[in-house]
Parts: sequence; structure tokens; C-alpha cells
Amino acid sequence: MKIIDSTLQPRIDSTLDVARVRADFPILKLQVEGKPLVYLDNAASSQMPQPVIDRLVRYQTSQHANINRGVHYLSETATAEYEVARRKLQRFINAREDREVIFTSGTTDSINLVMHGYGRKFIGAGDEIILTTLEHHSNIVPWQMLAEEKGARVRVVPINDAGELLIDEYEKLFNERTKFVGVMHVSNALGTVNPVREMIAFAHARGVPVLVDGAQAAPHMKVDVQDLDCDFYAFSGHKMCGPTGIGILYGKAELLERMQPFKGGGDMILSVTFERTTYNSIPHKFEAGTPPIAAAIGLGAAVDYLSNIGIDAIAAYEVELLNYATEQIRQIPEVRIIGTAAKKTAVLSFEMAGVHPHDVGTLLNQEGVAVRTGHHCVQPVMLRLKVPATTRASFAFYNTMAEVDTFIAGIRTVQKIFI
Amino acid sequence: MTTKSLYQEVILDHNRKPRNYGKLDKASHHAVGHNPLCGDHLDIDLNLEGEHIEGIAFHGESCAICKASASMMTTVVKGKSLADAEMLIKEFRDMATGTLDLAHPHHLGRLTVFAGVRDLPTRVKCAILPWHTLHAALNSVSTTSTEAEDDPMHAAIGDA
Repeated sequence: MKIIDSTLQPRIDSTLDVARVRADFPILKLQVEGKPLVYLDNAASSQMPQPVIDRLVRYQTSQHANINRGVHYLSETATAEYEVARRKLQRFINAREDREVIFTSGTTDSINLVMHGYGRKFIGAGDEIILTTLEHHSNIVPWQMLAEEKGARVRVVPINDAGELLIDEYEKLFNERTKFVGVMHVSNALGTVNPVREMIAFAHARGVPVLVDGAQAAPHMKVDVQDLDCDFYAFSGHKMCGPTGIGILYGKAELLERMQPFKGGGDMILSVTFERTTYNSIPHKFEAGTPPIAAAIGLGAAVDYLSNIGIDAIAAYEVELLNYATEQIRQIPEVRIIGTAAKKTAVLSFEMAGVHPHDVGTLLNQEGVAVRTGHHCVQPVMLRLKVPATTRASFAFYNTMAEVDTFIAGIRTVQKIFI
Repeated sequence: MTTKSLYQEVILDHNRKPRNYGKLDKASHHAVGHNPLCGDHLDIDLNLEGEHIEGIAFHGESCAICKASASMMTTVVKGKSLADAEMLIKEFRDMATGTLDLAHPHHLGRLTVFAGVRDLPTRVKCAILPWHTLHAALNSVSTTSTEAEDDPMHAAIGDA
């Protein structure tokens, strides 16, 4: 049953040709429970377009060897392609130099690198680290581990009921002991876009470096690390049409050079004797061992793909999806949207009166609709907003208005079963 | 079995109007069960008289599958002997994880409405949690978890 108010049918203003885009994603042709897949779990992981799949196949079938080692053809090819991918990522986030772009295994790995490489060297007893209530567990737990080890303290920026940071409170947290700020660019659970540029400027005026968790921003909006002036920017490949097991840590060169290595091993050294090891220059100092070469090259192809469509076109279209979905879901009185920030990406978290999110998720799956249910790795946010768990629909540029309709119809089906 | 048939009227009814919901004034045994994957939790109060379950009540925060499983469990085990309760716990767990052949004689009766969870690996634990917790209460273990390593009822997701 579809109950669609025709006055709410969206006007498509964006230039994105969604039918053409969808043809690039083989997985979107899948049937689930006998119905066409409606994939609305993009904040957890996005799907991969054919050009990226093809790039992985081409690498594995004609270019693979270990990098930075052999003098033979394949090793030189793989090394060159790996570095080409690094420069693609550099351009994608407008980093000043390619050596500021470190390949990691993902956002969590990137944050842990900063905690070990910067935090353990420069943060000590009595020092304070500012985080926000919105942070993903991956930008909380490493800093708690550091605080415990060093006798430092974690301070937390509160949020309002809409899920927006209280910037006045952020500014009040600063004092002479403040040594570091970690903040997410976009909230994974609520979609809130945080004013990171202004927060960074405030911290820099007090000599405090800032790490931005960009896992939910990089796939959905233009990220310019020089414009933000962030000291570190972390994100993951698999949330932006790339493979799993690859991520990026951007860091300002002068900071990366002063940091200690995170992992020890091959590639990160210049020379090793049992008396003394000399570390390699950046970025290699932070890329110990054989990296996920194919995944890095695949991520390079993914940012090419996104750039060809245009990040601004993607952002504009996703906002249309969000606005339409928000209008539609507001027609259902039993649904309460969790996260109503003025500035949001296409994330729609909600609770349904009398229905547990896991039941919503299981029943939506019956309609072919994939959503995330649970605490979304942000238990402090759930605690603050007094919800045990939510159902989250998160959109990507390959989702359609018709899929929003299927999703809303699914919600109404759940409602009929339970109420 | 499809998902929709898991959400049958009997399950929805027990979710809407859970039986034996609340606390016992004087409980001889008590346990709390947690499902850390979703944050759900369930409290079970028992009153044992000799070798019989004289009284049972539950309360907590959980999904419909878990709440209905708890509600139906309380109605079934009330008045049963400890040995019978333990047998039902084992049979229910085996059914939910797909190792029980329902074609063979068993004692689950209407509880077979939960057989469909075997096809939903992420929901198996929702159905089993009340039974884990009952087992813990019977054995005087005050807290249990679907993830506890020392939980004698521990069953990996999807071991069907």
C-alpha cells in the first residue's frame, strides 16, 4: 500500500542522472525476499560501481606484485599505480602534497594512528582532549585508552535535542591544559553536519590541533582539507564506493614528520640494525608492511568515479532525497525523527512508537529494504537523546525517489502489523 | 518460513499483552539477561517450591520476538518441574538454532511459532534470550549474556 501525497512529489532540480548512475551498480539489480533491493544502509557501507570493480580486476589480472621492492616490471607497475592512487586522493581532498596522504585500513585505523603517533608523544599527565557527544566509538575509545595510559582527561562537547553541538560549550571547554580536539565532520547516527571549520579556527587560535573524522562526510560533500585547515582528516574507502580494508589519514606534513611511527615493520624504515633503526620519510613512515595495494588502487578509481559525477551534484541530489523522505515520514504520526539538525546529510534516524527497531528492520527486509537498526556505535548519543536504539535509513546518490516511496510504504506495513 | 509468518498473531499478541509481566513480591531466584548486540535486557523472577516452578515473572526492554518468547515461556514453564523446564530450554534453543528436527517428538507445542528465527541468524538471540535467562535463574546465576563465554547456553549465531 502506498499513500503518497501528490503535492509532496519532489521537483528534481539536481543534474544527476540517477537511472544512468544505477546502471553502474550491479548489486542494485539484486532481489531480496523476492523484491527489488532497496539499499538504504549507505552510512554503514556503500556499494561498488562497475568501473571500480573493473579496476580491481585489471590490477589483479595484469598489474599485481608487491610494491617498493622488486626491480621487475610488475613491482614497478604496482608501485606506480599505488602512488597514482595516492595522488588521486590528494586531489580529491585538496591536500597540499601527496606525502600528506597516508593509506590506512580505514577511519578507525587512521584515528588510532594519530592517537599512537601524535597523542602518545605529545599528550601527557593532566592534559585535556576535547571530543564531542556525537563521536563514533572509534573516535572515543582510542582517546580513553590514551587518557588512561597518560593520566590525561577527556572533555566532551554536549549536544542539544536536535543533535547539534553546543558551540558555546565547546569554546568554554578550552583552557591551558587543552592539547587536542577530535570531532566528526558528519554524524553517522543523526546526519548532523558540524561546523568543523569554525571549530578548527577556534582551536588553532589557542594552539590546539584538530582531528576530523570525515568517514560520513567524504562520500557526501566536497572536502577541502586546506580550506578546513584541519590538522588530521580520517575517512574510509568502503563508505565511498571503494573497497573495504582501505582508508585515508590526511595529516599536515609538519605534524606527520614530528610524530612517532605507529606500527613497525617493512617499508617504514630506511635502515635497520639491531643497534638502531632509521625511519623512512612520510608517508612511508606510517605504512608498515605490505599495504592493501589493490584496495588503494580501487579507492583511487572510486574517487575518479565520484568526481566524474561531481560531488556537488551528489550532495544536491542527496539533499533532495532526504527532504522528500523527511516530508513523507512526517506524515506517519507514530514515527519520531531522531536528529533534526538544521544542516544534515541524507541520514534519517527514527523511532516508531511501540515497535522495537529490530522488528522494524526485520520487517523492512521482508520488503527488500535494507536499513540499519541499533545504537550505530554511538551509545553516548543514544543515552543523551534517551533512545535505546533507532532505525536508520541512510541514502546515497544511487537511491531514487521511488525507493523512498517503497521505504515509506514498508514503514506503514510495519505500523499496520503492530498497531 | 518467511519473516512475515514469524510475526504471527500469537507472537504479536504476546508482544502487545505480555503474560506474567512484572516482578514477583518474593522471588526465590532471579536473573538478568543481556543481549549486548542490541542493548536489550530482560529480568526474570522465579519462585521455586521444591522441584517445581511455582511463580514466574519477567520485565525488561526488548523487541517483539524477545518479549513474546519471554511471555510464552512464562506461561509454559509455570507449574513445571525443574527437569521439564530444562528440557524445554534445550529443545527451544535447538529449535531456534535449527538443530532440532520438529518432525520428531518434542514438547514445544505452540512455541514452534518461533521456529522461523532459524532463518534469521541475527534474530536467533532475540528469541533465545529469555530461555538463557531462565536457565541462569534456575541455576542461581544472577546475570547472563547472549555473548557470555561461560554461558552454558552459549550458541553462536547461525550455527544452524
